[in-house]
Amino acid sequence: MSSRKAEIMVGLFVVLTLAAGLLLALKVVNQGMSSGTDTYTLYAKFDNIGGLKARSAVKVGGVTVGRVDSISLDPDGYTPVVELKIYQEYNKFPETSSVSILTSGLLGEQYVGFQPGFSIDGIADLAEGDYISDTKSALVLEDLIGQFLFSKND
Amino acid sequence: MQWLASIGRNTIDTVGSFGRAFLMLMGAIIAKPQFVKNTPLTIKQIYVVGVQSLLIIVVSGLFIGMVMALQGYTILVDYGAEGSLGPMVALSLLRELGPVVTALLFAGRAGSALTAEIGLMKATEQLSSLEMMAVDPLRRVVAPRLWAGIISMPMLALIFSAVGILGGHLVGVDWLGVDVGSYWSIMQSSVDWSEDVVNGIIKTIVFAFVITWIAIFKGYDAVPTSEGISKATTETVVFSSLAVLGLDFILTALMFGIE
Repeated sequence: MSSRKAEIMVGLFVVLTLAAGLLLALKVVNQGMSSGTDTYTLYAKFDNIGGLKARSAVKVGGVTVGRVDSISLDPDGYTPVVELKIYQEYNKFPETSSVSILTSGLLGEQYVGFQPGFSIDGIADLAEGDYISDTKSALVLEDLIGQFLFSKND
Repeated sequence: MQWLASIGRNTIDTVGSFGRAFLMLMGAIIAKPQFVKNTPLTIKQIYVVGVQSLLIIVVSGLFIGMVMALQGYTILVDYGAEGSLGPMVALSLLRELGPVVTALLFAGRAGSALTAEIGLMKATEQLSSLEMMAVDPLRRVVAPRLWAGIISMPMLALIFSAVGILGGHLVGVDWLGVDVGSYWSIMQSSVDWSEDVVNGIIKTIVFAFVITWIAIFKGYDAVPTSEGISKATTETVVFSSLAVLGLDFILTALMFGIE
């Protein structure tokens, strides 16, 4: 076997690997928060975040407009604070917007549903670092069952 | 007394072989780099070790992806969750099956060949003749094969995973009728580049290093008879498979285990 042939075959091998890597990078992996996208930060306090995790999606009408960056507990009041990174291209949400924690499908992952509010004169847009005041917590199955049983006893 | 002596002898032998393996590794990799002289040798070994393993890797990747899609579909369809077929196939391939199955196939296909080749070089005294010509066999024979193994196996594992995902697409989407959009989009939303793909690549690099090291050392350390070479080849496959499976558990626990 000539060394030329070996070189050609190894070159082909490398090209094939790059193709496989490209397939994984472009079609399999989520593009998500690539560092290139500009984002701004909003905060929201919930009573209960259920199964929400960092990197969960933030959606407006099913369209992903951002991701959950981190979740922490507010030391005063012990309520969970969720830090949302919203893509800069969606920066016109009015202050009256509300967020709720929803579940995609019956057993699906939880995400933050973002409901843009009405905007009239005198209502500013949400800006970097703002808190969203109108929040609805995640539905916890045990609480629902408890309420159901409780109301049945009446 | 006899059994006590045999325990002692076995321990000394084992520790001694670990020491020789380490010395061989150091002699092979710690030296002044000579890219001009060693690159052609390494490329030839990548051809032997990597390119010639390509067929078995592609075929088994395709079939493993297809089988996983088939098995996963029959379970997931009961819950109406067949849309999750994509992430199931992709995550199990990228995290586990890609690295591990590639490593086991690589140990059987390339590791055994490396051991037999170097063992026969030793038996026919080619290594001693190299030394007589003042050519260091560690640098001339061992180092190119070691690097070729470490370079080729992660590439093979990447190809394995990609082909497996395409195989899962073939069965899941084209045959069983999972929606093509949900196959790819749910896969995209649950597979993470650094969490899944990079961790899988780290695994394969560790496996590649261990397999190639064991294979070359077993050949280099073989008793130079036909019986000794056959024993060394068997041991290569057995030891490197066990090492891969054991290390896989440790690496998985470190990477995906406790948060």
